[in-house]
Amino acid sequence: MIEVKNLTKSFEDKTVLFNINTVFETGKTNLIIGQSGSGKTVLMKNLIGLFEPTQGEILYDGRDFISMNKKEKAMMRREMGMVFQGAALFDSLTVLENVMFPLDMFSNENYRDRVKKAQDCLARVNLLEAQDKYPSEISGGMQKRAAIARAIVQNPKYLFCDEPNSGLDPKTSLVIDELLSGITHEFGITTIINTHDMNSVMGIGENICFIYKGHKEWQGNKDQVINSNNSKLNDLVFASDLFRKVKEIELEQDKK
Amino acid sequence: MLIYKWLNTFGSYLILMGRSLSRPDRMRMFLKRYAKEMEQLGVDSIGIVMLISFFIGAVICIQMKINIQSPWMPHWVAGYTTREIMLLEFSSSIMCLILSGKVGSNIASELGTMRVTQQIDALDIMGVNSASYLILPKILGLITIMPFLVIFSSTLGIIGAYATAYIGHIISPEDLTSGIQHAFNVWFIWMSIIKSLFFAFIIASVSSFFGYTVEGGSVEVGKASTDAVVCSSVLILFSDVFLTQLLS
Repeated sequence: MIEVKNLTKSFEDKTVLFNINTVFETGKTNLIIGQSGSGKTVLMKNLIGLFEPTQGEILYDGRDFISMNKKEKAMMRREMGMVFQGAALFDSLTVLENVMFPLDMFSNENYRDRVKKAQDCLARVNLLEAQDKYPSEISGGMQKRAAIARAIVQNPKYLFCDEPNSGLDPKTSLVIDELLSGITHEFGITTIINTHDMNSVMGIGENICFIYKGHKEWQGNKDQVINSNNSKLNDLVFASDLFRKVKEIELEQDKK
Repeated sequence: MLIYKWLNTFGSYLILMGRSLSRPDRMRMFLKRYAKEMEQLGVDSIGIVMLISFFIGAVICIQMKINIQSPWMPHWVAGYTTREIMLLEFSSSIMCLILSGKVGSNIASELGTMRVTQQIDALDIMGVNSASYLILPKILGLITIMPFLVIFSSTLGIIGAYATAYIGHIISPEDLTSGIQHAFNVWFIWMSIIKSLFFAFIIASVSSFFGYTVEGGSVEVGKASTDAVVCSSVLILFSDVFLTQLLS
């Protein structure tokens, strides 16, 4: 579980996040949603320590991340996995070497065991056939799957995903969502996904935190989204005709 | 304001070097990258070093013979000056200036691209000291390989001079040989190598700094690459003056 308490982040004189209080639960897919420029990515970068919060606390299962020294943070980060928006695979390494990288750096297992572990993770994301290819030789969806494999290879307790579906077609997005949801439940990870893909919200949103102009505006799950009266949330989630119609049908069915 | 900016940049450079020159997280991975960097930065530069040194050696010999050699000068003067120029300045300083263009832009653009595509962030998130993992092997790799490049350069320069003697018949091989052997001081070889070690550090560290600290996109990566070459070239020229005075 990750608890965020009174988190504020400012860049010089501009405040981007205002007093955020939220909880990301273990074994659930936690989503951070919001419009572009609302502060989602800044919140995630604070959570993983790429930004230092101006004020507030971030507790990883009760451990205060912000007050940790460099060495403690480095140790803490070994419990985290991260899937970046652009996958961020290392260009000079093959897919297998990319997945093996965290093990090469931190594991004392022998080479054969490290390869076996990396191949197991690649098999979990259905990418074993591409293990010898370089990132530039595979599609965007495959790169995302390779990044997921790299993120889970060390059995992290916390998995962060920054817009994992951006630039992907709806079908591949669905595959990525199902994969992230499956991994979360299978390994009991605290997964936090930063997204503005409403298919993800309605599909895997077990705990949704809606950020609006730097403030936490609403929190709930995908079922509560349908019935929510929050106009700002509705403007974002039901921006498309399709989702508006879905909401109308759902509400009519509830009345009946 | 400009001084404040320079001091700020210099401070950031020192902090980055502090992080870079720390003990590697995993020695096995460091050695792998160290060998790879020696190949990429040094071995891959041998071709251009050989080509330039050969022709410069030949040209210097021709220029010395035509412009300095006269009936009142000793017969060995063209060979002697060719050797001194190659050994004292060209193979150490000028060759490093040329390499700062090739190697410096390579380092800055590689690290800059890694920064803008979040590969460096990915390393940091994993708990890896990204500065040490990426920069230390480059610095040590270039420092290790640079003395060999200097020796290659000097040797090829002398071979180039002999080419003018045997192929161009500009100077007799005997005169060239006596000039090359005249008043030879072994310290000059060491001086050349010591200078090149400093220059290798400047090229690798300054270029890494510009690449590692890129913010933005592809335009900024290109700008960082140019800045890295300009800054390391200027620093090589400045330090050349001090090192030459110090070591002579």
